[in-house]
Amino acid sequence: MVIRVEHELHTRRKGRNAGVGLLLVGFIAIVFGLTVVKVLQLDDIRQFETFDHAPRPQLMPETEVGQ
Amino acid sequence: MTDFSANEQSIQKAGHEAGMGDYFALLKPRVMSLVVFTALVGLLVAPVPVHPFLGFVAILCIAVGAGASGALNMWWDADIDAVMKRTASRPIPSGRVAPGEALGIGVALSGFAIVLLGLATNFLAAGLLAFTIFFYLVVYSMWLKRATPQNIVIGGAAGAFPPMIGWAVATGGVSIESVLMFALIFMWTPPHFWALALFVKSDYGRAGVPMLTETHGRDATRRHVVVYTLLLVPVALGLGLTSIGGPFYMAVAVVMNAWFLKGAYDIWQRDDAACEADKHAVEIKVFKVSLYYLFAHFGALLVEAALRLYGLGGWSW
Repeated sequence: MVIRVEHELHTRRKGRNAGVGLLLVGFIAIVFGLTVVKVLQLDDIRQFETFDHAPRPQLMPETEVGQ
Repeated sequence: MTDFSANEQSIQKAGHEAGMGDYFALLKPRVMSLVVFTALVGLLVAPVPVHPFLGFVAILCIAVGAGASGALNMWWDADIDAVMKRTASRPIPSGRVAPGEALGIGVALSGFAIVLLGLATNFLAAGLLAFTIFFYLVVYSMWLKRATPQNIVIGGAAGAFPPMIGWAVATGGVSIESVLMFALIFMWTPPHFWALALFVKSDYGRAGVPMLTETHGRDATRRHVVVYTLLLVPVALGLGLTSIGGPFYMAVAVVMNAWFLKGAYDIWQRDDAACEADKHAVEIKVFKVSLYYLFAHFGALLVEAALRLYGLGGWSW
């Protein structure tokens, strides 16, 4: 049996589904916002930029690479 | 598909399907508002600034954690909620939400709030939130509430943790200030609830919950209100002598404690005949005063923190 688009359940649960949708969107916004804040709070942003699952020394300033 | 249809039939028999409002009611929004307020004060008066977005997420997590413990409490106490007039319209006893749904929502939201708080701030704050939920569900709801008339005294700790969690969010630690904020709510809870129990006396008895009014009588309850209010006073004044207190807080504390003490004394002086004669007017008034009391103390802490921004708050200026 296939649920038809116009099934009565869809209208009955419309409010609940919309609520769940809003909560999920809110959750995404929180995770995104946390990511932005946490990255911006790094003392030295190169900690983040110079590591891409492998060290990337080419992104370090020359003086520090030579040390 | 069979399960799906069966579910539909059972819903139709019940005549109601839970909506978002019913699930939200599971989270005890009124209790949540007090939790949000005290946790926010704990966070804002701490000497370490918190990024506004992290602060928002932290307060959201504490509120959701408190709501989750409310849902778990409703799941466990559905049988006695159905008996008491004050709680009979809650989502589970009124048949709007199934007990299993409340349990699932409570467990899921608890996990969500604890993990997110730990990742967003620190794991001491997350640990305190986890302990609060555990304390409210297991120690208070499952163990003390139906076992002893001292249920309110020890169980009140669950409601006292939020400012301590807010403080831990900012500082990553526990200090005398956060302990005294905890103690203020902890000591305030018994006289607050016993004042309530004095004018909704028949409900708790019918539900078989051993409130002090039922086990030791109303006179003993009146004496307890006075004694616990007396014990509350040094805690409230002591908080004013810490780094988050100051002259403004102390002035508010002196006035509010005098008002609350006067109310407790008035309750102590009364007997059942006087209560019946004015339909518990004094008890109802003291219950309201107790709400103003807590709001005024935490509001005054907030004012002190705001004054400190201009070099005016605290005792040092």
